[in-house]
This record gives sequence, structure tokens and C-alpha cells, in this order.
Amino acid sequence: MEHNVTFLGYIPLLPLIGAAVLGFFHIGTCNRKPLNEKFYGLVACIGPLLAFVLALRVFLTLKGMPEEARYLSQKAFTWFQVGDLDITMGFLADPLSSLMLVFVTLIGSLIHIYSIGYMEGDKNIGKFFAYLNLFLGSMLILVLGDNPVVMFVGWEGVGLCSYLLISYYSEGTDNVLAGNKAFIVNRIGDLGFVLGMAFLFWAIGAGGFDYFSLKANAHSLTPGIALAVCLLLFVGATGKSAQIPLYVWLPDAMAGPTPVSALIHAATMVTAGVYMVARFSFLYAHVPVAGEIVAWVGIITALVAAIFGMFQDDIKKVLAYSTVSQLGYMFAGVGVAAYSAGIFHVFTHAFFKALLFLGAGAVIYAMHHEQNIWKMGGLKNKMPKTYITMVIGALALAGCPPFAGFFSKDEILYSALATGHVGIWAVGVLVAGMTAYYTFRMIFVVFHGEPRDQEAYDHCHEAPAVMTVPLIILAVGALLAGFLNLPAIFGGHQQVTHWLAPSLVEHHPHASLFVEILAIGASVAAFVIGIRIAYKRFAVGAEEPVFSGFSKFAYHKFYVDELYDGIFVQPYKKIGNAIRKTIEPSVTDAPVTLVSKLYMVIGTAFKVFQVGYVRVYAIYMIVGLSLMSLLLSQSLN
Amino acid sequence: MIQSYLTVSILLFCIGIVGVISRRNVFTVFMSIELMLNAANLAFVTFSRLHETMDGHVLALIVMAVAAAEAALALAVVILLHKHKGQLDTNVFSLLKG
Repeated sequence: MEHNVTFLGYIPLLPLIGAAVLGFFHIGTCNRKPLNEKFYGLVACIGPLLAFVLALRVFLTLKGMPEEARYLSQKAFTWFQVGDLDITMGFLADPLSSLMLVFVTLIGSLIHIYSIGYMEGDKNIGKFFAYLNLFLGSMLILVLGDNPVVMFVGWEGVGLCSYLLISYYSEGTDNVLAGNKAFIVNRIGDLGFVLGMAFLFWAIGAGGFDYFSLKANAHSLTPGIALAVCLLLFVGATGKSAQIPLYVWLPDAMAGPTPVSALIHAATMVTAGVYMVARFSFLYAHVPVAGEIVAWVGIITALVAAIFGMFQDDIKKVLAYSTVSQLGYMFAGVGVAAYSAGIFHVFTHAFFKALLFLGAGAVIYAMHHEQNIWKMGGLKNKMPKTYITMVIGALALAGCPPFAGFFSKDEILYSALATGHVGIWAVGVLVAGMTAYYTFRMIFVVFHGEPRDQEAYDHCHEAPAVMTVPLIILAVGALLAGFLNLPAIFGGHQQVTHWLAPSLVEHHPHASLFVEILAIGASVAAFVIGIRIAYKRFAVGAEEPVFSGFSKFAYHKFYVDELYDGIFVQPYKKIGNAIRKTIEPSVTDAPVTLVSKLYMVIGTAFKVFQVGYVRVYAIYMIVGLSLMSLLLSQSLN
Repeated sequence: MIQSYLTVSILLFCIGIVGVISRRNVFTVFMSIELMLNAANLAFVTFSRLHETMDGHVLALIVMAVAAAEAALALAVVILLHKHKGQLDTNVFSLLKG
């Protein structure tokens, strides 16, 4: 079977070319009459759609291969070679990356199509689509890279694009600050990733730095180094995938246009951390302590974010915290060495989170950019398509059987229980109940009850087809994606787990039927209780609550932003100011000012010769020429 | 005999130098420069005669041509200077003063 192919590189290249073309047209016309929006929208969708077709081709080609040798690779060119470090711009498609490829390109394409409707009338639409294409291209590089360095290129690319897109509405200071925050917090995580890579190279890089060589040499790592590498890489993952302590950027990222939120939360960016941990499963599998830490950080993030989510009043912030919370589940999954369960949750989450965000976008679009859920209400009659699709997404998110989220979440919780992590499982079940509560709190407040703002209600209308069709496609995905990995207890064969098996190093725990039924029963019970409380409180006539005590504490997100501001940002600023006032003038600036003063003194001394009269300059010339003539006559003699 | 030609040449040259240094009118300065050029021409022709070659003559002709070109340029400059300040005193043009 031929493993070397030449079309892999085109998958990231097509959106990148799209970005370049769109950017070129935008720059060329930004001071003149803008081009037709439809043109931009059409060009923007070509790259992602073609990439999706290629991703399907990759998937089908892999499917036709024998299970143990399922991979395609392409070495495009040698990027650089220094000593032992030989980095090729290489692409690798194995079961893990092919699964990521298919849903990233599918959901990315749908979001592009949706954006044509959502961004209608925006004057910088060319710039928007160029960034969107660049974002997708970077994510595809991240997924397809065959070594950590190429992955890092995509890793940085999505960080850059998130910055560009979060501060897309750059007229507002808050939006720009949110973009800065995302970028800076990501940089902190990136430092961990770079250090982890450096450690890894230092330890076993001499035998090759692509995943196959690393996997083959992983056994020669000492436990200490392996732990350090795993934890440093995980620091990178906490930055990119918004885990404690670096989750603070993701809720602020809501400042960007809604399709961008959908792209960040569903298809690109935040899933990168989970993908990375799964990609390095050959390291994590040998360091149970690192896995333990990953799992606990994940589940605590899930809990904290769920608490925040229960008290938010901005429709997008509710969804943002639900993403942080779900990412916590994914890390709990990969932490307890259930890598396929974590990746499967990434996969199902992509469908229902994209669906919920795009649905929220349709609501915001209909309400003329109102995002406060306490200004909405009763919208289900006005926007039936959005309502039905969003309810499907919410059921999937809340983990209602048989929607997609139920199976993937249950798989994670079951793995935690079966590997003996009872604490993680218990917190996970609690969070599942809270997820159901805050998701349906949002649904009930927005779509049920009486309109709270009659005027906005009267003017609101269903979104156009270009926006509702992607919603419907995603709703089908959110409904059915779970069946791809149906566990044996429901008569399934866990196709996704089997598909991913060659890429991952994992041992499937075997537990009794009782444990399995306990896990499922607890999840369903948590869902039912959560949704029941939400129904009682918010189904009819709920008013905007006044927070006090703990709820006020949670509404203000435990004052974590203020805490970080106090602990890190303000001292940093103070140190900077102190340096500016003391060290800078006396130490670094002094030599420079001294040199400039020296030249001024010399200049003043020589100034007397510059009298400004032509005659005097003529005298200088004559004196000079005479002296030269004298010298010459001397030397002749 | 040669000496007297050269003496005249040196005298002319010195008169030119003194003119350039001491006079303030742009035209007088300009004429003094022409005087110096002609002093040089005289010296060329004298030496040409002394060595009985034609090189000095050729150089003298070239100097004349250059002087003519220079005159054309210099007069244009003088006109611009006059337009600029309305007078032709060289002391008025002292922007280079440090």
C-alpha cells in the first residue's frame, strides 16, 4: 500500500490561498468602492469546501488500508536542519488526524456559509473572510503536521487568528482588550509548549523528531523528564484549550463576531489542546501522575466553569462557559487515559457547540445585536427553525440520551469510574446536572415565557436560509454523531474508538456491567434533575434575578479576573513603572544622552568656523590649496 | 622674456584672489573668478610656447569653453539670488552660519 501521497499538503494550503486572495482583494479595494459581498463569500467558501472533499478522500483512503498500517504522509520540503534537529514540513494523516480533519473542515465550511448571512453589510467583510480562512488553514496545519514543530506553527497560527478575529470590531476598546488578553494568555501557555518541545528534543530528539520516531524512542525517557515534558505540554494545552488557570481569555473572546466564536469553540483552537494530549498519548500513557494532574485540572475546570455558566446573563457567555466546562470533561477523559473518549467528545462537541453558537448568532441577529437573555423571551414562535435546532443542540450538550453529547460524556465518565477515579466521576456527574440546568435556563429564558422587550420582539424575525441550513445540518450531526461510537451495552461496536486505536496508546478498562449501568444511570439522573430545576425556575415568567451571597460571587466569576489583575497585571505594571522611573533614566539612557552631549560640545567648538559668508569660505579654500601646493612642492624636491 | 609673461599671469591671479575675497558684490566676485581663469590661460600659453608644443593651447581653449559654460550657469544663479533677496550683497546670503 502506498503511504506517500502528494495531496495532503493541499488541505491546509487551499484555505491559506483563499486567505491570501481575499486579503489581496480587500487591501486593493479598501480605499475605493468595495467589491460585492457575495464575491467575497463565494471565494471564502471554496477553500474550506475543497479541503473538506480532500479530507473525505483521506478518510476513505485510510479506510481502505489494513488497520495496523493506516497512515498517509507527505514530506513537502526540508524546513531547516541544525545539528540533530532535522525538521521537514511534513504532513501525516492517521486515524486521529483524519477524524479531526473531517469534522474541522465540515464544521469550518458550514460556519463560512453561515457567515455570508451573518456578516451581511459589514464593510470589512473581505478582511473577515480572509482571517476566517487563515484560521482554518492554521488549524489544518496543526492537525496535519507530522512533528511537534509543524504542529507549533499551526498552534501559533490559530493563536494569531483568534487575536485578529476577537478584536475584529476594533472600534470598541473592550474588544481590542479582549483580543490582547486572548493573545497574551495564549503566549503564556505557548511558552510551556515550547519548553516541553525543547525538553523532548533534548532527551530523545536525536533519533528523529517526527511522531513515529518519538513514539519509538519514548521508552528511553527517564520518568522525571517524561513528567516534565508532559506537564509543560499540558501548560500549553491549558492556554489553548482554556483550562484552569489560563481559561480567562475564552469568555472574553465573545467580543468577536458570533461565527468566530463558533469557529473558536467548535472546530478550531480550543480543541487543539485535547488533540495535542491525545497525539502525545505515547508519552502520557507512561506517566500516570501527569494523567492524574490533567484529569483533575480538567474536572475542576469543568466544575468551576459550570458554576459560572449558571449565573451569566449574556447568551454567548453562557455558551462560552459551557465550552470551558466541556473542555474540562475532555481533559478529564484524556487524563484518565481514555484518549478515544476525549477525542470523541471533541468530535460530538464540535457539532452541538457550533450549532448552539450559530443558533445564538441567529437570535442575536434577529434581536438586532442584543445579547442579554433577560431582554429576550418567547422567541420560539418567531423563530421556529432556530428554536428546534437549538433545543437539539441543548439536549446534546446537556447529555440527554440519545443525543450526541450523551454518549461521549458517558464514555468519559464511565472510563473515569472504571479506572477507579471515583472522585472525578462524582464531580463529573454533578457537572452534568449543572450543564443541563444552565443550558435549559438559557433555552427557557430566551425562547419560552412572555417577551420581556415587546418592541424588540415585534421586530425580530427568522434568519435567512443561508443561516438556517447550516443550523439544520449541524442539528442532524448533533442528533446522530453519538451513534458512531455506540457502546456495546446499547448493541453498538464503538467504531470511533476502534478507528482511533492505531493512533493512540490506551488500554480499555474492563468493568462489570453494574459499573456501566451505574455510570449511565447517574448521568441520566443528573440530566433529569438539572432540567427539572431549570424548568421550575425559568419556564414561565422568570425575571432577571438580583444576586446576593454565593450567587453574586459566582456571577462575578469568583473575582478571578480581578484576582489575576491584582496578583499579576498590577504588580507587573508597577515594576514596569518603577523601572521606567529609576533604572531607565540612570542606567540604560545615561550613556546614550552622554554621547549626544559629547557631540554637542564638539559641535559648539567647531561652530565658530562656520561664519556663513562666501568670502570667508573662499579664504579657507585658498589657504587650503596653498598649503597643499606647498606640500606638493616640498615632496617634489 | 618668459618671466615677464609669468609675472603678468601671477599678478592677474592675485588680483583675482583679492577680488573674490574682498568684494561683496556677486558680479564683481564673478568677474574676479574670470580674471583668475584668464591668468591660468596665460600661464598655459606661455609654457606652451616655452616647450614648443600645442598642449597648452588646447588646454587654454578648453578652459575658455568651460568658462563660457560656467558664465551661463553663474548668471542664472545670480538671477535666482536676486529674486530671492532683492539684492546682490554676498553678506546677505549667510544661511550656513553655524
